[in-house]
Amino acid sequence: MTWNPTASYTEPEYGIGAMIIGTFMVSIGALAIAVPLGIGTAAYLSDVASPRVREIIKPVVEILAGIPSVVVGFLGIVFVGPAIAKVFHIPNGLNALNGSILLAVMAIPTIVSISEDALKSVPRSFTEASLALGGTKWQTLARVKIPAAMSGIIAACMLGMGRAIGETMTVLMATGCAQAVPHGFLDSVRTMTTTIAIELGEVPFNTTHYYALFAIGLVLFIITFIVNMISEMVLHKYQKVVK
Amino acid sequence: MENAKIKALDFNFYYGAHHVLKNVSAEVIANKVTGIIGPSGCGKSTFLRSINRMNDVISDVKVEGKILLDGKNIYDPEMDVVDIRRQVGMVFQKSNPFPKSIFDNVAYGLRINGIKDKYFIQERVEKSLKDAALWGEVKDRLQKNAFELSGGQQQRLCIARTLAVEPEILLMDEPASALDPTATLKIEELIHQLKSKYTIIIVTHNMQQAARISDYTAFFMLGELVEYDLTSMIFTNPSKKITEDYITGRFG
Repeated sequence: MTWNPTASYTEPEYGIGAMIIGTFMVSIGALAIAVPLGIGTAAYLSDVASPRVREIIKPVVEILAGIPSVVVGFLGIVFVGPAIAKVFHIPNGLNALNGSILLAVMAIPTIVSISEDALKSVPRSFTEASLALGGTKWQTLARVKIPAAMSGIIAACMLGMGRAIGETMTVLMATGCAQAVPHGFLDSVRTMTTTIAIELGEVPFNTTHYYALFAIGLVLFIITFIVNMISEMVLHKYQKVVK
Repeated sequence: MENAKIKALDFNFYYGAHHVLKNVSAEVIANKVTGIIGPSGCGKSTFLRSINRMNDVISDVKVEGKILLDGKNIYDPEMDVVDIRRQVGMVFQKSNPFPKSIFDNVAYGLRINGIKDKYFIQERVEKSLKDAALWGEVKDRLQKNAFELSGGQQQRLCIARTLAVEPEILLMDEPASALDPTATLKIEELIHQLKSKYTIIIVTHNMQQAARISDYTAFFMLGELVEYDLTSMIFTNPSKKITEDYITGRFG
């Protein structure tokens, strides 16, 4: 569980457990924030907003995707961290929650943009059928449009998740990078990507530590591979139902 | 006319600058089939979609005049569109089942009306499918996706879905235009059976179809209601020359 490759007085340790837990906490936390917000925004843009409002909001949301991660991380240190510290009465706001919030901000543009396209491409005949049966706008959205667009929405969330798992700089800056198993979202965590980014530049060539970092990379690759495979399977299953 | 279910009074419809319906006044009789015929773009579908305010979903439209449903103007700002549409069911030109199971398609209208009683929903789904003459073909595969049905079956499923919420009026927008003759015949037989319970208005491109199934026929041309009478009169002894030209196939 413990990662301590440069221990001087004890045996060096190469445990990846804490990092895996940290990575998943930050990613899942980010999804928990970004998915409801993203789908809600997409539904608002496609069904509720007037064309004028949509024309303003959509580009703004898409510009969010272009903000460099180091800037997002900076905002995490300067704004989100102190805010979390204040709200939860803890000395320091650089923790998993901070990372989740920032990653959510980075994943939302992808989720909004793709989900909105998916909702827009639901045939108008479905909407009309629902309305003609006496469905309200809201019922039509929740029971017909969102289920019909589900494969696109799932794809959007998975792309968002991909971004969250792979993101490095933001979490490096905002999560505090403590090398310990976290006990909650208010604990500092260190993700796999962060560890590689921090240590790979400094590590002596061909040492156990050096190879351990590559092993982390391999584990990261396997995890993203599995996530992608699962999303592909979910997508496939859903498309079968829809078709 | 006696027993008018729907009355249009000087109804005008504008789509942007385009004047689609011009001073249409007509009365639709309860428990009869009224056919609407006319060349493409004459406004017959627009008129049909005005009766359940389906045109509301299009932007940039304007309405003048009234359409009375049981004496109440459906364009009154105080009327609830959702209530109107529950009363006035609609079957579309192209069958449009939801990407759900056959059962869920028919149950949809009940569920959005807040009905939760499973037993009641099951009974009503069965009854609606029977009324739409589809029960025998699908009773063993209610949980299958609706898209697995043939085109004609899908259209009857859409009719069943509409019947499930027990509307008083059925609007049908060329319900058989995408179907082969056998499937069309089934739909027509169905319309015959349904008229005892519902007031049916059907738009059709097919004049023989209008002659076969409707009791009254309205002829639309360039947004105006040219002639409206008993079907037997329209097809044998039209009062206007243009109507005769159209039904004898000289244009359109």
